[in-house]
Amino acid sequence: MGQIELSQVTKGFGDVTVIPPLDLRIEDGEFVVFVGPSGCGKSTLLRLIAGLEDTTSGRITIDGRDATDLSPAQRGLAMVFQSYALYPHMSVRKNIAFPLKMAGVPEEERARRVEAAAKVLNLTSYLDRRPGQLSGGQRQRVAIGRAIVREPKAFLFDEPLSNLDAALRMGMRLEITELHQRLKTTMIYVTHDQVEAMTMADKIVVLNAGRIEQVGSPLELYRRPRNLFVAGFIGSPKMNFVTGPEAARRDAATIGVRPEHIGISRDGGDWKGTVGVAEHLGSDTFLHVTTEHGMITVRAGGEVDAAHGDTIWLTPDPAHVHRFDAGGARL
Amino acid sequence: MATQHSRAAARLMISPAVALLLIWMIVPLTMTIWFSFQQYNLLYPDRTGFAGWSNYVYFVTDFRFAPAIRNTLVLVLGVLAITMIGGILLALLLDQPFWGQGIVRLLVLAPFFVMPTVSALVWKNMFMNPVNGFFAHIAKAFGGQGFDFLGQAPLFSIIIMVAWQWLPFATLILLTALQSLDREQMEAAEMDGAGPLSRFVYITLPHLTRAITVVILIQTIFLLSVYAEILVTTNGGPGTASMNLPFLVYLASIVDNDVGMGAAGGVIAIILANIVAFFLMRAIGKNLDA
Ligand SMILES: Nc1ncnc2c1ncn2[C@@H]1O[C@H](COP(=O)(O)OP(=O)(O)O)[C@@H](O)[C@H]1O
Ligand SMILES: [Mg+2]
Repeated sequence: MGQIELSQVTKGFGDVTVIPPLDLRIEDGEFVVFVGPSGCGKSTLLRLIAGLEDTTSGRITIDGRDATDLSPAQRGLAMVFQSYALYPHMSVRKNIAFPLKMAGVPEEERARRVEAAAKVLNLTSYLDRRPGQLSGGQRQRVAIGRAIVREPKAFLFDEPLSNLDAALRMGMRLEITELHQRLKTTMIYVTHDQVEAMTMADKIVVLNAGRIEQVGSPLELYRRPRNLFVAGFIGSPKMNFVTGPEAARRDAATIGVRPEHIGISRDGGDWKGTVGVAEHLGSDTFLHVTTEHGMITVRAGGEVDAAHGDTIWLTPDPAHVHRFDAGGARL
Repeated sequence: MATQHSRAAARLMISPAVALLLIWMIVPLTMTIWFSFQQYNLLYPDRTGFAGWSNYVYFVTDFRFAPAIRNTLVLVLGVLAITMIGGILLALLLDQPFWGQGIVRLLVLAPFFVMPTVSALVWKNMFMNPVNGFFAHIAKAFGGQGFDFLGQAPLFSIIIMVAWQWLPFATLILLTALQSLDREQMEAAEMDGAGPLSRFVYITLPHLTRAITVVILIQTIFLLSVYAEILVTTNGGPGTASMNLPFLVYLASIVDNDVGMGAAGGVIAIILANIVAFFLMRAIGKNLDA
């Protein structure tokens, strides 16, 4: 079990309110990702759930029980920190066994469970090393191992991959997702990287300045962003926004079109533009086109023969034009 | 080519400093060893010449020698115990956020800047004096009697004075080490279900081992040569109750005017210090690498 509910939770540091009143429900077994720009309060929110910070007001319940005033240990959650926070003077084995030792689990069972966790995470041959003798990815796995031996109600991850290089990040992303498939335990994962959010989550919570902008599945957020912030944050490359007469023509203050929903032509279309930088990735080509409505990024499939200075025509796909009012809300 | 050239130049440039340091160390050491084998008593300027091992024999067979060795060790161990335990507790306290932290941390350091003679005299006259001392006043306020610290428990009193002086040093080094402890590690331990005591034992203490090692090594070097505090308070007495090796060397060479015997004591002190250093390095030196 691992169902977590926050109702009217707020958090302030001194006079500064970091989390205004917030409601959120996380179902048992869900993989929930908190995503938002740096400093928006993701870590704070996660630490509130973990019990490492006290709420200023509001209630947190775990599996229906009020956990607002419980200590971190009593909540039965496990956390993986951005810095891994391994105990440097203990071997990998002792690191993983530490929560069990604190819980008073007898020696033989401790050894058995550590072996099991090490096997799942491919750490068996490193059990007697110190964290300082491991690579970043291995340390990450030890931190995860320390979390899973306790069989917690939920895992909390705070930007666990941000210290890894790009290739490792991809690998660990898959490993964590697979771990979730296997354990079926609730996971709350914090990141500022929308790609991680899109690829891993069952449910994404988009945060901005401590407020929840939108909650939904990755594709819901992609298809129907509730406001300009979510529209701009989810999706890569970013959605193009156009204001002025082009938007007014469609009865909106701002319209948004994703780069992949714009057609290009040499002969004619809605918007005329000049190709600036063309990024050829092989599978895709990203064209940065200067038009009278501003800079528009276009994603053209495959190998497109477009060079700097070429004149082309862009046509947004009318079925995928997002309309927003003056306040930024979706129309 | 260039590196070899510059290395030679570097050697040449530091050689005056190295030579100076070497002379600085070698000359007194050689003179001490030289005198320790000479008949050299200021009261009998006519008796000179090679003395063989007799200075050493006289020094070691002196009835004050055994107590001096024992007191030296008790003093070092006692001060170490007090400053380590007190230092860790104070450092833990000062690491907590509280109002006026900066000033308090500065004040804690104050005893380190008081000269040993001054602090010993203040302790002797203002605190430990059996009639007018602060402790005597407290005892009287509760209907008791002033305790004659320096008469009844001389070595203990000196241990207290010296520990008071060295406590700030230990506290400061340990506090610095504490502040470098990763906060997330503590939080991870908290989530792992470790209570305050377990966190101290399993996280804080291992993190402090290196700092503790450094403090023990440095303090031992200085504590082996405590002298001023004894001179201005008990003069090694009553009897030999608070006499340590450096003080015995002083008595031999200055009070008894026997420079040769004093020098022999000095050489023995050097040997003792090296033995202690050897065992210390063996016992805790391995904490310094890794
Ligand atoms: N202990 C603290 N004291 C004061 N302000 C804090 C503290 N922790 C976080 N904040 C502030 O709260 C805001 C959110 O921080 P954080 O949750 O770490 O953001 P994120 O993890 O989304 O980058 C930031 O503006 C930060 O300065
Ligand atoms: Mg953060």
